Amino acid sequence: MRDLKRGFRNLLGALALGAATLGGGLALTTPARAAGEAIAIPDAGFSFAGFFGTFDRGAAQRGLQVYKEVCAACHGMYQLSYRNLLEIGLSEEQVRAIAATFEVRDGPNDMGEMFDRPARLSDRFRRPFANELAARAANNGAYPPDLSVMAKARPNGANYLHALLVGYVEPPPGFTVAEGMYYNAYFPGHQIAMPAILNPDQVEYADGTAATVDQMARDVTTFLAWAAEPETEQRRAMGIRIILFLIVLGGLTYAVKRKVWADVKH
Amino acid sequence: MAIGLHDSTIQNPVIRWVDQRLPVFTMMQKEYGSFPTPRNFNYFWNFGALAMVTLMIMIATGIFLAMNYTPHTAHAFDSVERIMRDVNYGWLIRYVHMNGASMFFIVVLVHIWRGMYYGSYKAPRELLWIFGVVIFLLMMATAFMGYVLPWGQMSFWGATVITNLFSAFPLVGEHIVTWLWGGFSVDNPTLNRFFSLHYLLPFVIAGVVFLHVAALHITGSNNPLGIDPKGPQDTLPFHPYYTAKDSVGLIVYFIVFAALVFFAPNYLGHPDNYIPANPLVTPAHIVPEWYFLPFYAILRAVPDKLGGVLLMFGSIAVLFVLPWLDTSPVRSMRFRPIAKWALYLWLVAFFVLMWAGGKPAEEPYVTISRIATAYYFAYFLVVLPLLGRLERPLSLPESIAMPVLRGGGPVMAGAAAKPMEKA
Repeated sequence: MRDLKRGFRNLLGALALGAATLGGGLALTTPARAAGEAIAIPDAGFSFAGFFGTFDRGAAQRGLQVYKEVCAACHGMYQLSYRNLLEIGLSEEQVRAIAATFEVRDGPNDMGEMFDRPARLSDRFRRPFANELAARAANNGAYPPDLSVMAKARPNGANYLHALLVGYVEPPPGFTVAEGMYYNAYFPGHQIAMPAILNPDQVEYADGTAATVDQMARDVTTFLAWAAEPETEQRRAMGIRIILFLIVLGGLTYAVKRKVWADVKH
Repeated sequence: MAIGLHDSTIQNPVIRWVDQRLPVFTMMQKEYGSFPTPRNFNYFWNFGALAMVTLMIMIATGIFLAMNYTPHTAHAFDSVERIMRDVNYGWLIRYVHMNGASMFFIVVLVHIWRGMYYGSYKAPRELLWIFGVVIFLLMMATAFMGYVLPWGQMSFWGATVITNLFSAFPLVGEHIVTWLWGGFSVDNPTLNRFFSLHYLLPFVIAGVVFLHVAALHITGSNNPLGIDPKGPQDTLPFHPYYTAKDSVGLIVYFIVFAALVFFAPNYLGHPDNYIPANPLVTPAHIVPEWYFLPFYAILRAVPDKLGGVLLMFGSIAVLFVLPWLDTSPVRSMRFRPIAKWALYLWLVAFFVLMWAGGKPAEEPYVTISRIATAYYFAYFLVVLPLLGRLERPLSLPESIAMPVLRGGGPVMAGAAAKPMEKA
């Protein structure tokens, strides 16, 4: 028994140093990332947050609708193809129908000319502008970023995106907002080129959900979080199986080690 | 060595046939089977094996990533996202590789700490230790170039900041930087050569690891008591005793590794690296990966750029001469009552530097970094050389097999029932 205890104490000692490197050093470095502009981001309580969360399929589909009808006018999601939408619970017919509402450029054809056609499952999401300069020209000099991986390109990504979308408030007294900019409580520096684009009942949800600004922000954030890490659910499910397997294997390995060492006096 | 077939003791005729002509099986049996290993290892001695396994994981995952990665500024970012989305289990391979780098550094840092605490760098293992420091340097170069490959914002700006350090050298500095870049800024030629070197260096590391292990098998392993084995009663064959013990550590390590990969794959990364590289937009804070933070803090602790660069390189270079700076003949810190605490304080300084390296270069972090940097070097250059002469070590146990009491006092009757190993 003492043997067992000592074995574990040693193991824990070695692990503790590793953990100290990982936990201690790193947790301390994390706040540095937001240093300089520390705005507290409220926790929106998403279904996919936490270690075992999953994406709410209804919210993701509604979020797709918000993206399609509102965001897509300026923001691309170039890393996604229309076929990826099958993963959020839409049928192939539905996805084909969604893709067909977008015109994409193809070609050259037999005559050597480029032509437009409705998008297919295999097409990437259509880019709203031909290039960055065209995007800036249409947006008062600002460049609407691609949203494919936006949920993991910002600290506390999903909560931040939700907060940003509902964060359009009156600027505090004395705060001057520059020409063509808008005040946002959560945007670093508080001046954002994107106007408050979500208004109540901006979209009409097919499932009858009331389209409040908060609801739309939550839905589109769910969609963006899925888009940034579509492997999340598979990853977590695999992780649980692998860790359970390793725990069993670790128990067996430890038993073998004890048996091998049983004849060694120490 | 005599010319002619090797006198193999292996029974299996096929293996025997090979072994007579190329005695790799005899060698494996000698080096990993019956190899006499001190019987009193604690779990800190797992970390060499863990590092070896991690290197193999990194090379294996890296080869598959390279099959799907495009080293071009216009395609690198998209090709990584394609790996994440469209390559079968590409997300798994990439997350294992990405977090594997962090795990590699954790394992190697603990391994280095083990060497420092138990005096594994001292005679006759100086060359073994030097190979280890070379591996650590190569790992840092490899990790730095690997981080550039996804061509995100931190990739680009990290590469810009680090390569620019060389401009601090007088006269030749600017030329070195241009030469490193392959142009006048970090651009496609830089990405191309970093990819090439990032693929090459792990195999160089594997080569130096071979030398590291070969040198280890000449001197034999150190142990927690830091005294040499006196005979067979002090050692155990490596197999099955330490293969079994390393396996336990390996599974525990895999659990930690898996927790990171499957449940927090981006925790150690920087969100900015999911923004495609943009030479026209500088991130608010350019922060290197966590394992560079202590050295980054040393760099920024010095007001002069060249001085900072030299001190940063010096913080690794000093490790090369550690075997000669530590003048005490006693290896294990268990028997060095003062040096032990000086070393613990060094560990604190290391973590303080790691913390300060992630903070902006402003007060009070700069002053804290300076104090920690001063102690980091003082430990090697002042404390260890002096303590070797001033400190009175506790008396060493007679042998590994001989049970010892806490504090190394005289061996008493009945002590045989006491555990030999102290935590």
